[in-house]
Amino acid sequence: MADPMRIRAVAKDGAVSVKILMSHTMETGQRKDDAGKLIPAHYIQQVSATWQGKVVLSANWGTAIAKNPFLEFSFKGGQKGEKIQVTWTDNKGDKRTDEATIN
Amino acid sequence: MSSIKRSAVVALSGFLLACAAHAGQAAAPRKATAPAKKAASAPASALSAEFDKFRDIMEEASPAELFEAKGEELWKTRRGPKNASLEHCDLGLGPGVVKGAYVRMPRYFADGGEVMDVERRIVHCMVTLQGFKAEDLAKRPFSSEAGTPDPVSLVTYVAGQSRGMKIAIPQKHPKEREAYKVGEAIFNYRAGAWDLSCASCHSEDGKRIRTQDLPNLTTKKDAIRAFQGWPGYRMTGGLMHTLQWRMNDCFRQQRFPEPGYVSETIADLLTYMGVNANGQVYKGPGIKR
Repeated sequence: MADPMRIRAVAKDGAVSVKILMSHTMETGQRKDDAGKLIPAHYIQQVSATWQGKVVLSANWGTAIAKNPFLEFSFKGGQKGEKIQVTWTDNKGDKRTDEATIN
Repeated sequence: MSSIKRSAVVALSGFLLACAAHAGQAAAPRKATAPAKKAASAPASALSAEFDKFRDIMEEASPAELFEAKGEELWKTRRGPKNASLEHCDLGLGPGVVKGAYVRMPRYFADGGEVMDVERRIVHCMVTLQGFKAEDLAKRPFSSEAGTPDPVSLVTYVAGQSRGMKIAIPQKHPKEREAYKVGEAIFNYRAGAWDLSCASCHSEDGKRIRTQDLPNLTTKKDAIRAFQGWPGYRMTGGLMHTLQWRMNDCFRQQRFPEPGYVSETIADLLTYMGVNANGQVYKGPGIKR
């Protein structure tokens, strides 16, 4: 089961700055374990953020992204008290959605 | 054969150069290495300033927070054979009080009759309250590719609840004062294949190993560096580590026998180093290179 994300969203000067920490192993599929066997790839492929039903960020990720990734972006509009949802989907079909209130 | 021997000697003297040979070493090699040391010291501190900048940036978004969240969940969930949560665990400020507990440990606990550091106490609670077996918890106590052990996340959660607080490790109880004294003795105890002690590398100013500046843990000014940033998320490997792990690794680096997990030895050592850092502000779980 995927662990929750930590999302911080702060409104300032007409824009919202969003900082997201995700808990994910981001295994590249190129590493070997102690027994010399390949560790299967397991990484986030798709990230999207929505605000008021509108997609404000959509990203395709690959194996070059670090373990426990940190993502920061900002978008125009957005008021204090409104909600933002972030979803990721990984290559095994695991999915996680979390929500945060804009401060 | 002789070339193997020679390279071993070169490697050893290289180690001593970096770690700064302690007073007892022969005078000749120290003299010979002195200029090289001087030349290298300037870029090293510039480099560590760059590391500090990097750490500042990373601290803003430290993955340690993910482990704090996980630890909080573990703290509040009913688990173990006794199906109990840790909300009745006494960390020294009363059952269930987590705020400020981390900066006041290690301390003496009457129920165990011992001085305990935070991880030792949490394991004690997991055994007494939740019914986990101490042997099971000691089997794989440190974070690895296989996962993060529960005590590690729990320690990170408890540490996060002392963010921004002053370190105030008590020295009231005789056992606490004894732990400090024993800890100090362990810190200065030279042994092992290389005849090292903690003090060999950590009792002089301005020493380093490779690019790492070594804190002089016997001084008030530097003692905080053995406390600050722990538990820490290590970017190399992306693993969360506690001071239990750090002490275990120090023992390994000194070629000492492996200390027992949450043992009295480690609690004493952490008392000595922690008390030396008393009065300084703890910034919460950190991030490491």
